[in-house]
Amino acid sequence: MVHITMNGLAVEAECGSSLLEVARFYNFPIPTLCHEDGLNSYGACRLCLVEIGEGPKSKLVAACGYRVEEGMKVRTNSMRVQRARRLLLELYVATCPQSKRIQDLASEYGVRQCRYQPVDGQPGAPWDPKANCIQCGLCVRICAEQMMAGAIGFSGRGKSRHVARPFGMTSEQCRQCGACLYACPVCELRCQASTAESLLCNGCLNFSPVCFQSYSDAMCFLEPCHTCELSGPFRHEVGIKVHALHDAGQKVAPSTGELK
Amino acid sequence: MISTAHRLVNLEDLHQAMRQGRDLLYPSEPKIMIGTATCGLAADAEEVLHAVREEVANSKLPYQVTETGCIGWCSQEPLLDICIPGRPRVTYGRMKPGRAREIVRAIPEVKREWALAMMPGDENTLNGAHVNYCVPHNGHMDGLTAYKDLPLFKRQLRIVLRNCGIINPDNLEEYIARGGYHALWHALRKHTPEEILNEVKRSGLRGRGGAGFPTGVKWQAVRDAQGEPKYVICNADEGDPGAYMDRGVLEGDPHSVLEGMTIGGYAMGAHEGIIYVREEYPLAVMRMKQAIRQAQDAGLLGQSIFDSGFSFEIRVVKGAGAFVCGEETALIRSIEGKVGEPQQRPPYPAQHGLWGKPTCINNVETWANIAVIVQRGGDWFSQIGTAKSKGTKVFSLVGNIENTALIEVPMGTTLAEIVYEIGGGVPNGRACKAVQTGGPSGGCIPADKFDLPVDYDSLNQAGSIMGSGGMIVMDDHTCMVDIAKYFLEFLEDESCGKCFTCRVGTQRLKEIVTRISQGEGKEEDLDLLQDLSWLVREGSLCGLGQTAPNPVLSTLRYFRSEYLAHIRDRRCPAHRCRELITFAIDPVLCNGCGACVQICSGKAILGEKKKPHIITQAQCTKCGACLEMCKFDAVLVH
Ligand SMILES: Cc1cc2nc3c(=O)[nH]c(=O)nc-3n(C[C@H](O)[C@H](O)[C@H](O)COP(=O)(O)O)c2cc1C
Ligand code: SF4
Ligand code: SF4
Ligand code: FES
Repeated sequence: MVHITMNGLAVEAECGSSLLEVARFYNFPIPTLCHEDGLNSYGACRLCLVEIGEGPKSKLVAACGYRVEEGMKVRTNSMRVQRARRLLLELYVATCPQSKRIQDLASEYGVRQCRYQPVDGQPGAPWDPKANCIQCGLCVRICAEQMMAGAIGFSGRGKSRHVARPFGMTSEQCRQCGACLYACPVCELRCQASTAESLLCNGCLNFSPVCFQSYSDAMCFLEPCHTCELSGPFRHEVGIKVHALHDAGQKVAPSTGELK
Repeated sequence: MISTAHRLVNLEDLHQAMRQGRDLLYPSEPKIMIGTATCGLAADAEEVLHAVREEVANSKLPYQVTETGCIGWCSQEPLLDICIPGRPRVTYGRMKPGRAREIVRAIPEVKREWALAMMPGDENTLNGAHVNYCVPHNGHMDGLTAYKDLPLFKRQLRIVLRNCGIINPDNLEEYIARGGYHALWHALRKHTPEEILNEVKRSGLRGRGGAGFPTGVKWQAVRDAQGEPKYVICNADEGDPGAYMDRGVLEGDPHSVLEGMTIGGYAMGAHEGIIYVREEYPLAVMRMKQAIRQAQDAGLLGQSIFDSGFSFEIRVVKGAGAFVCGEETALIRSIEGKVGEPQQRPPYPAQHGLWGKPTCINNVETWANIAVIVQRGGDWFSQIGTAKSKGTKVFSLVGNIENTALIEVPMGTTLAEIVYEIGGGVPNGRACKAVQTGGPSGGCIPADKFDLPVDYDSLNQAGSIMGSGGMIVMDDHTCMVDIAKYFLEFLEDESCGKCFTCRVGTQRLKEIVTRISQGEGKEEDLDLLQDLSWLVREGSLCGLGQTAPNPVLSTLRYFRSEYLAHIRDRRCPAHRCRELITFAIDPVLCNGCGACVQICSGKAILGEKKKPHIITQAQCTKCGACLEMCKFDAVLVH
């Protein structure tokens, strides 16, 4: 056991546990996008930033990958943390405005402006795997760590980095299980309300939120995608995820999810 | 020339090798040296070498021809040196094969009109020895300046570069003749590992790879760490644009790095060393591998070195040349064959490094300092430099500078001294505007801050960093918005891409800066740049992301008015940003020579011979070729 101070509270934590685990145990909320229990922490989304240390030596670190150390002081909601979260979520909204998860987080953590241009196309455009993937790596990790397949991975670096199959083909390792699609935090539920004037939805701050339907495009690495084949008749139903790439020829109407 | 040393076991063997080396360094017949480091080779030193060899062979001249590393006078490459016993060494610059042949034929006469400088003797910071080549002032060299009187060399103190351009790097004996491997002998036979460690601590040496972490403290941590085996690594990734300090050392004095690492291994209880070099440095890789073989043959690496019972091996691992792989945790993963992505620290490599074992990573330059510290003592070393930054630092001085050079100066030398005295200022009568230190992670320091002493802390305070030692000088034709854009372009490609803040942040920063450079920016964009820079710095995992906004922040801090000129007036004061400038021809000054018509790739310039010409704006690509071409200053830029 190690002893740390979290938000002024003296708490005990198990050796080797991460700051995120400790914070969750004591019910301090920390938003995350790239962390799932049961998968190794990766530290890609940076949303779980917390402040450690004191005075000029204090700094922000990702709680999911930072192990507790005896005597350390942690703040999960300092001004600095709040500012970082807000600026970060503003950047996320600009990257993937269709994601309901991101729009919800942005509303929750007080993002009231988005000063960036949309990455690709207009707000409300179908999910584009190249432009809208936030590269949280959950799909890659679930494939490698839970499905023991390792059929997908990151390719390239810097601005050309992306999730890819080896040589762009489905490998024999891929069991077509669909775990990647299941893991993706940003392509499941579609935010309906972001409009051309503003990338930011903030619909939940209204009395009558407009986000009640989900989009019918999504990202998966299956070929052919079982979900798409099976879900043909159901594709307009709420919550069904369909392969974006298969829809390439068929534009999806942003507001209704209906095929044009 | 490949050494044929037998195994060196005791001090007597070392002295024997030293005598052999002296005969090679200072032969009794004339010696011709050609600088064939990469900078020399790029200037066709190979051809010069070939021509000289041919001349000597054909005329059956009794001369020795050898290669040497980079002495640092890069603007004059290829360099040719003639050493005649009893005379000063004479250096010739910008050699061509024909001229080199003439110089060789003229020996012992000196071709004074082509000579750059002379060296009446050499000094050796490793042991404080002086070797005089001639009786001073014997009149042989009237009219030639001695190296130590040249502005370029006057202020230099060469500890790391002590052998570069002096010895033949292919030759182990020449290294030993300059006192090499004596420090290793002393360390292994006369001192305990703790004593060596304390000496390094006492020296105050800080890491030369960028962050300036105290080397002794790092070594202590590795020594104290649990786990066997331990590793030492030499970081020779050197990915900053315009930086080639480490390459200079690896190519010019490979054994100094091996000796430093072996001493380090002894002090920390490690038995294996790895040199991580980027593959883009083929000559450095070749020289290091050869040096390792020589050291193994001579028993300076391997089992029970100097019969001390201490064994050490070193191997070379080639990296694929990603900037981020210079970061220590990414470097370790790269050696392990994984993707070069930085990892969360702690645990630090000192506890959990290569293959999960305690690992010490130091920069090439850090390692090259070690033998000197052991030989002359930590106290001697700590007299050099400033209160908190000890010793010297190697810089590659590039950009708009008269003397492009590899230099080594004591810490605390001011930027003004480096740029104006050593570097000779900015060429073509232009004014110096700023200097960029620390590569893409560093910042721009404006010319009015040039009284700043160069040490870790002063540079940090000025919004830049020491970095590994690249120094890019910029004249008043440089647009600072354009510079920020250049570094962001580099970073958005070179970020490993794991952290959202760093990957997307650098792209967005570039997007905004590009917008401003095109005159499409808004004043609010400057606040957005500040906010986003803050986020990228605070939120990223490794040093790359944490320093990525520095080029933007430092230019915003010192050259805000330039950003505002782009935004408010849609004007680029330095006339660099293509979208904001137009080229025109002054009808009075133009005499219609037509030189510009030939050079214009867009075929935008029209006009009859001997009549004023005009530029059709729609066709103009704004390359600026006409501006360079016109001898009558008739091309105007707005
Ligand atoms: C993005 C990045 C690139 C780096 N590149 C280099 C490099 O090329 N060479 C180097 O010696 N250190 C580099 N470093 C610093 C290393 O991480 C490490 O601090 C250094 O090798 C430690 O050696 P030192 O203590 O001798 O400076 C880099 C760091 C970062 C964050
Ligand atoms: S596809 Fe989804 S799960 Fe995979 S990295 Fe991108 S955002 Fe994460
Ligand atoms: S800060 Fe940048 S380079 Fe460093 S780990 Fe994060 S994404 Fe990679
Ligand atoms: S949850 Fe910690 S960085 Fe994503």
